[in-house]
Amino acid sequence: MRAPQSMMSSRFRYVLPLLAAVSLLAAVSLLAASTAHAANAKLEQIIAPAPHSTADHSKFKELNREFMNGPEVTKACLSCHTEAAKQVQHTKHWTWESTDPKTGKMRGKKNIINNYCTSPVSNENDCMACHAGYGWKDDKFDFKAEQNVDCLVCHDQTGTYRKLPGFAGHPVYKRVEFPHGSGKFVEAVDLKKVAQSIGMPTRSNCGSCHFFGAGGNGAKHGDLDSSLKHPGKYLDVHMDEKGLDFSCTTCHVTSHHEVSGSRYDAAAAVKGPAHIRGKKDESPASCQSCHSNKPHHEAMLNQHTEKLACQTCHIPEYARNQIGTESSWDWSLATQMGPDGKPMAYKDSAGRRSFDSKKGKWEWDSYVIPEYRWYNGYSDYKVIGDKIDPSQTVHINEVGGSANDPDSRIWPVKVHRGKQPYDKVNNYLTVQHTAGEDATALWHNYDWQKAIAAGMKAANLPYSGEYAFVDTAMTWPITHMVAPKGDALSCAQCHSKHGRLQGIEGIYMPARDSNRWLDLIGWTLVVLTLFGVLLHGALRLYASKKKG
Amino acid sequence: MNTANRIYLYNRYERFWHWSQALLVISMLITGFEVHGSFDLFGFEQAVNLHTLSAWTLLTLWAFTIFWQFTTGEWRQYIPTLKKVDAMVRYYAFGIFRHAPNPFHKTADKKHNPLQRLAYLALLSMLSPIIWGSGLLYLFYASWASLGVDGYLSLEAVALVHTAGAFLMLVFFIAHVYLATTGHTPTAHIKTMVTGWEEAD
Repeated sequence: MRAPQSMMSSRFRYVLPLLAAVSLLAAVSLLAASTAHAANAKLEQIIAPAPHSTADHSKFKELNREFMNGPEVTKACLSCHTEAAKQVQHTKHWTWESTDPKTGKMRGKKNIINNYCTSPVSNENDCMACHAGYGWKDDKFDFKAEQNVDCLVCHDQTGTYRKLPGFAGHPVYKRVEFPHGSGKFVEAVDLKKVAQSIGMPTRSNCGSCHFFGAGGNGAKHGDLDSSLKHPGKYLDVHMDEKGLDFSCTTCHVTSHHEVSGSRYDAAAAVKGPAHIRGKKDESPASCQSCHSNKPHHEAMLNQHTEKLACQTCHIPEYARNQIGTESSWDWSLATQMGPDGKPMAYKDSAGRRSFDSKKGKWEWDSYVIPEYRWYNGYSDYKVIGDKIDPSQTVHINEVGGSANDPDSRIWPVKVHRGKQPYDKVNNYLTVQHTAGEDATALWHNYDWQKAIAAGMKAANLPYSGEYAFVDTAMTWPITHMVAPKGDALSCAQCHSKHGRLQGIEGIYMPARDSNRWLDLIGWTLVVLTLFGVLLHGALRLYASKKKG
Repeated sequence: MNTANRIYLYNRYERFWHWSQALLVISMLITGFEVHGSFDLFGFEQAVNLHTLSAWTLLTLWAFTIFWQFTTGEWRQYIPTLKKVDAMVRYYAFGIFRHAPNPFHKTADKKHNPLQRLAYLALLSMLSPIIWGSGLLYLFYASWASLGVDGYLSLEAVALVHTAGAFLMLVFFIAHVYLATTGHTPTAHIKTMVTGWEEAD
């Protein structure tokens, strides 16, 4: 018995220390866990509300006051950001001008006549709702006055800052009925709240003008409309709110207030590897800046970048929503009245403006298949006073480039067609005074003659007194609304007899192109051979029948 | 075992080579003319993929076959001769209709009649380089710049040469298939190509 007993006791000898060790371990780990938890909580307290900016503008005494108007806010901004206005005043957002690098001609919204609203000249009071400034209502505007720069339209984060047509770029400081006579009212802006909110521009800031060009949501660009405020992946793979959530400035990298990526001088054929930090990036707003010009796994697809813009395959359609975009604007039908002799307006089945006695007739389109052009980034624009040939369609701008130009790529474009007035004797497009409440404004008096005379006077251009309407076309390279890769064009959409690139000249495309003579000779040879062997076989058959 | 009127002409590898090559050539003709835009069958992308896959498969097959030709001495079958060419031409032009005997008798050493030898040699030495040369350039279009040849070539010229080669290949194919029916019975040659055994007439 002794021996087993001692064995038992020797076994139990380990039990107690083991139990002690286990409970000690448990206690220690519990303690450690709670300490770690406390530490995490402390870290969270420090990290969680990490502010986006190093400066909370609501804490600045300069902004903790009431403001009478926009320029007062700007002065407050400039008291710290002393050079900001000078920077803005160098940009197209301020000057509405762009110099043609080839001819030195002044282009830009201030100088061209487009085939949407035509020209801001004589209509500044309305049009300058989209100028990054205050008070541009005629040609007397002071482009040097720093307090005229509008900081808020780009930096407001409240979403309450609105500039309405009719106020020369000012927001509304007093509650106002808008549109006039509609019974709808726009509240006065709370400038203090807006000034204290400011931050980096969001999609909504840029979109407040760029989504609504030509006076309607999506009307002008087709690849920019209000759906890009909260886009899904289908609409824009980069801006996808639940995904990469790019803002406009993620690509349109901005330095000293100069926003990169203008269609006036575009980088149409960016070459080389993706951008590397520290290296000077000539065209940060391009696809290649991040993706390089060889982004595919397959060499044959990469080879396509020698001829195609990324956009050509990766934006298979633009205006991919019900908002749509305008495909044409016919001004010649403006001033036509309703059956009762009064101005009328109606919308299309999708609720988009279709006719207005003030402005004429519009056509809209959604999910638009682009047209395609060789494009080297250069656009030649007609400016105020440029001669036209009214016997054919007038091209407001012509995109440069050809198959032989190494800087050209095939680009998707929106072509906006129009019909607009021109001076029949002097052969140039006219500037018309459309907006306003005065006696010469087209939208007030429905009199083309008076409107053109007033517009031409403001533009300092002789007017013969005779006008007619001419067909016009304007070409817009498409670059936004990049689709997920699964939605990119498939090969056969271009590589076929009636594919998308049917009209593109200067390149050989398998399945689209062939040599007529080679095909004729080749198939003739094939048919002759076939005929020959059939004849030979028939003769053999005949001979064997005869023998048999 | 060969008997007086039955000879073993094509061994197993030879038959495998012939029929797999036949399949690949047919596949390349169909997909190739689709890439050319002559018709729509698989869709452009799939046609390109099948065409490329067939090309690499055929090149691999050829690598083995060339090795086989030289290790077995079978390459001698392609040495051209003008002997009896006129007799062959006369046979196909007249004799065949009068049930005259074929002036050429196949043996294991001479499997191809003199016309065949000339045709196959032409195929190998002229058409083949045209098709493969232009085809590989076409396939490696993306590497022209790095190969330094982009200054001398245009895709259009390469495509045209390749297409011309394809037409000639199609002509060869039609003639070849027809001539396969000119044995002592219409299916005799074809049977031989399947079983390897040639029945003498």
